[in-house]
Amino acid sequence: MAKHKISVTINGAVRAAEVESRLLLVHLIRENFAMTGTHVGCDTSHCGACTVVLDGSPVKSCTVLAVQADGCKITTVEGLEQGGKLHPVQEGFTEKHGLQCGFCTPGMLMTASALLERNKNPSELEIRQAISGNLCRCTGYVNIVKAVQYAAEKMR
Amino acid sequence: MSDTTPRTDAKICGMGHSMKRKEDPRFIRGQGKYIDDFVLPGMLYMDIVRSPHAHAKIKKIDTAKALKIPGVLAVIDGPTLAKYNLHWMPTLSSDTQMVLPIDEVMYQAQEVCAVIATERYIAADGVDAVEVEYEPLPVMVDPHKSLAPGAPILRKDKKDQKNNLAFHWEAGDKADTDRALAASDVVVSENVYLPRIHVASMETCGCVADFDPAQGKLTVYMTTQAPHAVRTVLALVAGHVGLSEEKIRIVSPDIGGGFGGKVPVYPGYVVAIAASVVIGKPVKWIEDRMENLQADSFARDYHMKVELGAKKDGTMTSLKIKTVADHGYTNASANPSKFPAGLFSICTGSYDLKHAFCEVDAAYTHKPPGGVAYRCSFRVTEAAHAIERATDALARKLNMDPAELRMKNFIKPEQFPYKSALGWEYDSGNYAGALKKAMDTIGYDALRREQAEKRKRGELMGIGICSFTEIVGAGPSKQFDILGIKMFDSAEIRVHPTGKAIARFGTKSQGQGHETTYAQIVAEELGIPAAHVQVEEGDTDSAPYGLGTYASRSTPTSGAAAAMAARKIRDKARKLAAHLLEVNENDLEWEPGKFSVKGAPQKSKTIQECAFAAYTNHPQGMEAGLEATHYYDPPNLTFPFGSYICVVDIDRGTGDIKVRRFVAIDDCGNIINPMIVQGQVHGGLNQGLAPALYEEISYDGEGNISGGSFLDYYVPTSMESPAWETGHTTTPSPHHPFGAKGVGESATVGAPPAIHNAVVDALAHLGVSHFDIPITPEKVWQVLKAKGAAE
Repeated sequence: MAKHKISVTINGAVRAAEVESRLLLVHLIRENFAMTGTHVGCDTSHCGACTVVLDGSPVKSCTVLAVQADGCKITTVEGLEQGGKLHPVQEGFTEKHGLQCGFCTPGMLMTASALLERNKNPSELEIRQAISGNLCRCTGYVNIVKAVQYAAEKMR
Repeated sequence: MSDTTPRTDAKICGMGHSMKRKEDPRFIRGQGKYIDDFVLPGMLYMDIVRSPHAHAKIKKIDTAKALKIPGVLAVIDGPTLAKYNLHWMPTLSSDTQMVLPIDEVMYQAQEVCAVIATERYIAADGVDAVEVEYEPLPVMVDPHKSLAPGAPILRKDKKDQKNNLAFHWEAGDKADTDRALAASDVVVSENVYLPRIHVASMETCGCVADFDPAQGKLTVYMTTQAPHAVRTVLALVAGHVGLSEEKIRIVSPDIGGGFGGKVPVYPGYVVAIAASVVIGKPVKWIEDRMENLQADSFARDYHMKVELGAKKDGTMTSLKIKTVADHGYTNASANPSKFPAGLFSICTGSYDLKHAFCEVDAAYTHKPPGGVAYRCSFRVTEAAHAIERATDALARKLNMDPAELRMKNFIKPEQFPYKSALGWEYDSGNYAGALKKAMDTIGYDALRREQAEKRKRGELMGIGICSFTEIVGAGPSKQFDILGIKMFDSAEIRVHPTGKAIARFGTKSQGQGHETTYAQIVAEELGIPAAHVQVEEGDTDSAPYGLGTYASRSTPTSGAAAAMAARKIRDKARKLAAHLLEVNENDLEWEPGKFSVKGAPQKSKTIQECAFAAYTNHPQGMEAGLEATHYYDPPNLTFPFGSYICVVDIDRGTGDIKVRRFVAIDDCGNIINPMIVQGQVHGGLNQGLAPALYEEISYDGEGNISGGSFLDYYVPTSMESPAWETGHTTTPSPHHPFGAKGVGESATVGAPPAIHNAVVDALAHLGVSHFDIPITPEKVWQVLKAKGAAE
C-alpha cells in the first residue's frame, strides 16, 4: 500500500511520519506518536472520545485520515496544560467532578476548550449543544456542564 | 435520620468530606492507562472473524488468502483450540460456552476464528480475507416459542438437555399466594417487559496476553471487574495445558466503565491467551464498538407477568410474578451460584407484602449469551420495575394517588429488621421519609394541580413515582458464591515508618473513585490524612484476594474490610502509644489521628509517631511493623433505597417526551464522599433514562441484530439528559462497620419505573395504561393517533 510523507504540528512540536493512505488520524496520534490520551470509543464518529482540535476546530480523529491532517496544527489533551499550569477546563472537571471513569474526558476537554475559544460566555444550552457529540456513560452530564461553566468564568 | 457530618478535619479528610478525586490528575492530562494504551515489545494483534448468521453449520473455513497477506502469522479456529481441549469453557453460571466453534454457530456475531498479525490494520485485512462457507439453519429468536412443547432443542451439545429450559427458579409459597390473591378485593395484572440492552461502557473490552516462555508465566492485562476470580477460573480451566495459578497474573488497569459488562470472560480473551501461549509473544485484542454491542453480554430481557392483590382500602396483600427470561445461546449470567435469577426475589420492594411468589423460566435462543447485572445487583432492576409498575396500576384501579398508595403500604421504620415474604431480612429503612422529601423537593401537590389545569387545556403532562428498595453487597458467604468461590472481599493496609500508608483491595474501580473513597475510610479510622493513603487494586500479584467490583458490593465488602483492617492497626498503635507514653493502654483515649492520656490530654502520641515506633522503637515481645489484612464476610446484605419523582411533558404533535424535572432522593446509609455519591447517582439516572426512552437491542426473525452500533443504539447525549436534582436521607446500615450501604446502582434501578410511570400518567386520562419500554416518540404518537389526541 502506498505510503505518504506527512508533517503535522502537534501540541506545538513538528512531527513527521510516513503513513498509509488509510491510516486514521487517531492511530497516527496514539500509535505513531505514542500519545494515548486520545481514545477510541466507537467506529461511527458518535462517541467523541477521539476528539482533538484540528486547526482550531474540534474534530473526531477516528473519522479523519492522517494524510488529511498533513500540514495542520493539532492539539490533543496532552497539549492543554501549559508550563505546568492546567487549562481551566482541566481544573473545572476536577473541581466540579466532571469525570468518573475518565475515558470520555480527553474528548470532552477538547470540545469544551474549543467552545470556550469561540464563546467566552456560553449558556447551559450552548454548552450542552457543544458537547452533544461527546458521549459520557458515567456522569449524566450535569457536572460536565458545571465544569465548563467553571472554566468559562475562570477564563473571562 | 441524620446527615453525615464529618468527624475529621479537612486535613485528614475522612468520611463525609467531598474530597477531590485522587484519580483525576492523571485522567485530565490524558495519562490514564487503559487497555489499548499498553504496548509491549514484539506485541502482535488479534482480530476476530464473526458469524453473519444466527444459526448455521460451518462447512469450511478457508484461510489460504489471509495467510498470504504479509504480516498475517496465524489463523486460530475451533479445531486449533480443540487440540489443546480449549474450544469450550464454563460460564460464570456453570453453563458451557464455545470459545471457538468446530462446526456450528449459535448466534449472530459469534466468534468463528481469529487472525494474528503484526499490526492492527493487517489483522483486520486478514479477517476480511478469511472465507467461511456456512449452511444457514433454522433460527429460534422467541423465548416463549423456545419453551413451548415440541420446540427443536438448541443445545444438542448438552446430553441431558431435553428442552430449551436453561433453568427454572422460584421463591415463596405459591399455594399461599394464590389463596391470598383469590381473597383480595382487587387484583391488577401488568405485563412488564424489560428488553435487551447493553452496558455500552465508553471503553470496549480487550486484553494484552503476555506469556513468557522462559518463566512459564502468563500475564494478562485485561478489562476485568474481577481480576482474582478470572485468575482462578483460568487456572481451573487451563490447568491441563500447564497454567498454574502462581504462574498467572491478571492486571486490570484503568477501566473505561464496566457496569457489569466486564465481569464475564469472553471468548476473545481466551483466544488471545491461547495465541500468546502458542506463539510465545504478547497478543493484543481490542473489540470495536460493533463487536462490543453485538457479541458481549447483554442485560435484562425479562418478560414478566405481575399480579398484585390488595384490599379495597389499598392495603397490598399479595404479589405473584411469572417471568420468561431470554438467556440467548447459553446462561452466561454472572450470578451467585445459588441464585440463577439473581436477587429477583427483592420484588416485594418497599412494601409490607405478606404473601408472595415469583418464578423464572430461562430460555435458550439463538441470540448472544449474557444476562449480566448491568449496574444492578443481579436482577434487582427487573424486580423494582415489576413492583413499581404494578403499584401504579393498582393506584389507577383504586383511583388513589400513587404517592398515597405507596405511603400506605411502606414497611415502617419500626418494622426493621424486616423479614420479607420471600425470605430477606431488610437491614434498615425509612421509606416514607424518602418519599416525603422527594415530594416536598419537587412540589408534588402543586404539580398535580398544574397537571389538572393542563389536562383541561389538552396539554399532556405526567408525574411518575418510584420508591425502590435494593439488595446489594453480596456475600454473606454462607449464601453467596460464584463458581464456588465465596463472595467475601478484602483489604490489606501497610503503614510505613513515616506514617503514610498503602492500601490494597480485592475489588476494582471502573470509575467509582475507589482511590479516593477507600483512602477516606482509612483516614477516618486511623487519622492518617487521605492524601497520604495510596490505594491500589487490580493486580493479582500484589492485591489480596477478592471477588471484584459489581453489584454495589465494594463499599459493603471491601470498604468494610478497610475499616476492619484499620481497626486492627489502631489496636496495635494503641499498644505502641502506651509503650511510648509509659501508661497502660486502657488509660488512652482515641481521637482521629491521636492517642492521649485520659485526664492529661497534653500527653499524647500521633498515629504517625506510633507508626515510626513500630519500626524503630517497638516494645520487646511485639512484632515489628504496622500492617493488617482483613477478609470481610458481611453478616447480611445491605438494602439501599430511595424515592424518585419524574415530571414529563409530551408533545401531541410528535409524541416527543421531555423529562422536565427529576428529583432523586437516595438513602445509602452513611456517606463516604458526598460529591462522589451525587456523581454516581447522576450517572445512574442517565443509565435509567436510557432504557426507559431510548435503548434497545432487538432482533428480526432471522436473528439479525438491530441496535448493533452507535448508529442505532441510542445512548443519551447531553441534549436529552435532564438537569438531575438529587438529595438524600441517611438511615445507616446497622450491621456495616461504618453504616454504609452502597449507592452505585440505585439510580439505574430507580429511574426507569419513575419515567415509565410518568409517561403512562401523562396519558392515563385518555385510557392509556401500558407501554413497553423504550417509550419512543413513535410509540407515543401511535397511541395519541389511535386515541384521537394527536395534533
